Amino acid sequence: MLSDAEITAINHEISLVPHKKAAVIEALKVILQHRHWVSDECVESVAELLEMSPAEVDSVASFYNLIFRKPVGRHVIHLCDSISCYVMGYEELYQALQQMLDIRFGETDTDGRFTLLPNCCLGCCDHAPALMIDEDLYQDVKPGQLKRMLKKYS
Amino acid sequence: MERPLTKHISFRRPSLALEEYERTGGYAAVRKALKQLTPEDIQQQVLASTLKGRGGAGFSTGTKWGLIPMGADAPHPKYLIANADEMEPGTFKDRLLLEGNPHQLIEGMILSAYAIQADIAYIFLRWAYRKAAVLLQQSIEEAYGAGYLGKHILGGSWSLEMHLHTGVGRYMCGEETALLNALEGKRATPRAKPPFPQLSGLFGKPTIVNNVETLCCIPHIVNNGADWFKSLSRCAEGGTKLYGVSGKVNHPGCWELPMGTTIRELLHHAGGMKNGHRLKGLLPGGASTDFLTEQHLDTPLDYTSVAAAGSRLGTGTIIVLDDATCPVGFVHNLQHFFAQESCGWCTPCREGLPWVEKTLLSIERGEATPEDIELLRMHTHMLGPGHTFCALAPGAMEPLQSALHYFMDDFERHLTEKKCPYANHLHR
Ligand SMILES: Cc1cc2nc3c(=O)[nH]c(=O)nc-3n(C[C@H](O)[C@H](O)[C@H](O)COP(=O)(O)O)c2cc1C
Ligand code: SF4
Ligand code: FES
Repeated sequence: MLSDAEITAINHEISLVPHKKAAVIEALKVILQHRHWVSDECVESVAELLEMSPAEVDSVASFYNLIFRKPVGRHVIHLCDSISCYVMGYEELYQALQQMLDIRFGETDTDGRFTLLPNCCLGCCDHAPALMIDEDLYQDVKPGQLKRMLKKYS
Repeated sequence: MERPLTKHISFRRPSLALEEYERTGGYAAVRKALKQLTPEDIQQQVLASTLKGRGGAGFSTGTKWGLIPMGADAPHPKYLIANADEMEPGTFKDRLLLEGNPHQLIEGMILSAYAIQADIAYIFLRWAYRKAAVLLQQSIEEAYGAGYLGKHILGGSWSLEMHLHTGVGRYMCGEETALLNALEGKRATPRAKPPFPQLSGLFGKPTIVNNVETLCCIPHIVNNGADWFKSLSRCAEGGTKLYGVSGKVNHPGCWELPMGTTIRELLHHAGGMKNGHRLKGLLPGGASTDFLTEQHLDTPLDYTSVAAAGSRLGTGTIIVLDDATCPVGFVHNLQHFFAQESCGWCTPCREGLPWVEKTLLSIERGEATPEDIELLRMHTHMLGPGHTFCALAPGAMEPLQSALHYFMDDFERHLTEKKCPYANHLHR
């Protein structure tokens, strides 16, 4: 069940577009803000609000990289795996993160603290390799800096 | 040398707030346009300036605008959209403009919207640009407060609403018709053309989509004229260009330089190759452009010259391939990206790109046969222009076909030595 706050926010998004369906991505973003991922139940609730079928909502939800359809950790690490970061050694960062957290891309660590995801070019290729943790950007990252960097996120 | 787009960008201080921006001459072009110029005047000026779209394809901005219905019978609302999705690997130029001087983009959008008589403007921003999102939202609010946006701008009859939209991550959102679908709340798959967005775009209404850098040129063209804009350039394509270099160079970065600056000069701005590294090749304008090599260093970086050298200017951000990086691994990384970001709409791309990616991986691991090289060659034709629904797959084939041309010895060494001859990469 969606909370009142979620429903109010989704109704606001609906009011901004010419027809209900057009608000589906914004509605899914509202769910993400509140719960960090979108469950099957949420897909159904959104479908009902927007007068769509759950399959239609899911076809949009499953298309986009950042609409998570599985639970994620309290923090998400987005490691850039695109070309400039490849040249500048993102694979070493990946190896270090795998060792520290005992997870591979797409996985969440055992205490639910971090999910590790690959991400396309973060648009700071002149400071490669780069990663984001939640909304924080880190540039020119060296494997030796990771431990201290992660400490900030509990 | 004039650098109109980046003159007021400095990361040693916060970006200019509205009043500071006005003090540097900001919004003068909007005042001038709304008081003295007709929409057609601006369209004419932009056409005469020879400005070409900076999103990658290099299409004349004036010509594009010229196809929008004007006059009393034109359907409304009309839309203007700033494409700030910047996800082309190796590209980091729009970020500089968005974070460095958000009011410049907003002013460019107001002028462009006035020129096509749009009613609603969107900035389609990729999610990762958090700092830009905050700055743009603040700046839009400031512009509303000052009467540059909203109803009856500067007391005249024309009104414009502007919204910031942040995406949820997909390279295809940058393709202009897929962007329209994403804005409508759909999957970001491309639309058939015709009808072109100018006639039937967002919600079926006339729409212009322009790149951030393109739009940032407009205030300067309106202020200083088409001839001045042409004089900034060293070639027949007017203006400056934001060029970038990344990879193993001494000072990777982004610089505004005259259109037509050569590759050699640009690499010089980047401080040359890092100690101990040699230039093996480069992609001149992002991941979907053909490799160029040392023999092309004196090529001017403009659309016509780079095309004549066998590649494309694309986004103008160079990615350097050095001699310690395996070209097969490099191209595999690119194809992994394209295969992952294929929207799945058409079969050759959806099925072909993962095949290409797997084939490259088996070459990289030393497990491939000469037939695999032929298979790659075949794909460069099968996924080339005209065989797929949009430009993603043909773009993906550009670095592959040119790698097969310039770095064939490297491919062959993987086959004969049955391993990657470059020691330093860890393979997933
Ligand atoms: C797969 C793909 C991705 C694209 N991504 C972008 C992008 O992120 N930003 C952009 O401005 N143009 C992008 N383009 C080009 C746009 O389709 C369009 O040509 C451009 O936004 C038009 O603006 P311009 O005329 O000012 O260059 C992309 C094209 C393709 C095929
Ligand atoms: S070429 Fe690829 S990205 Fe473009 S429409 Fe076809 S499947 Fe989608
Ligand atoms: S390739 Fe990693 S930031 Fe661009």
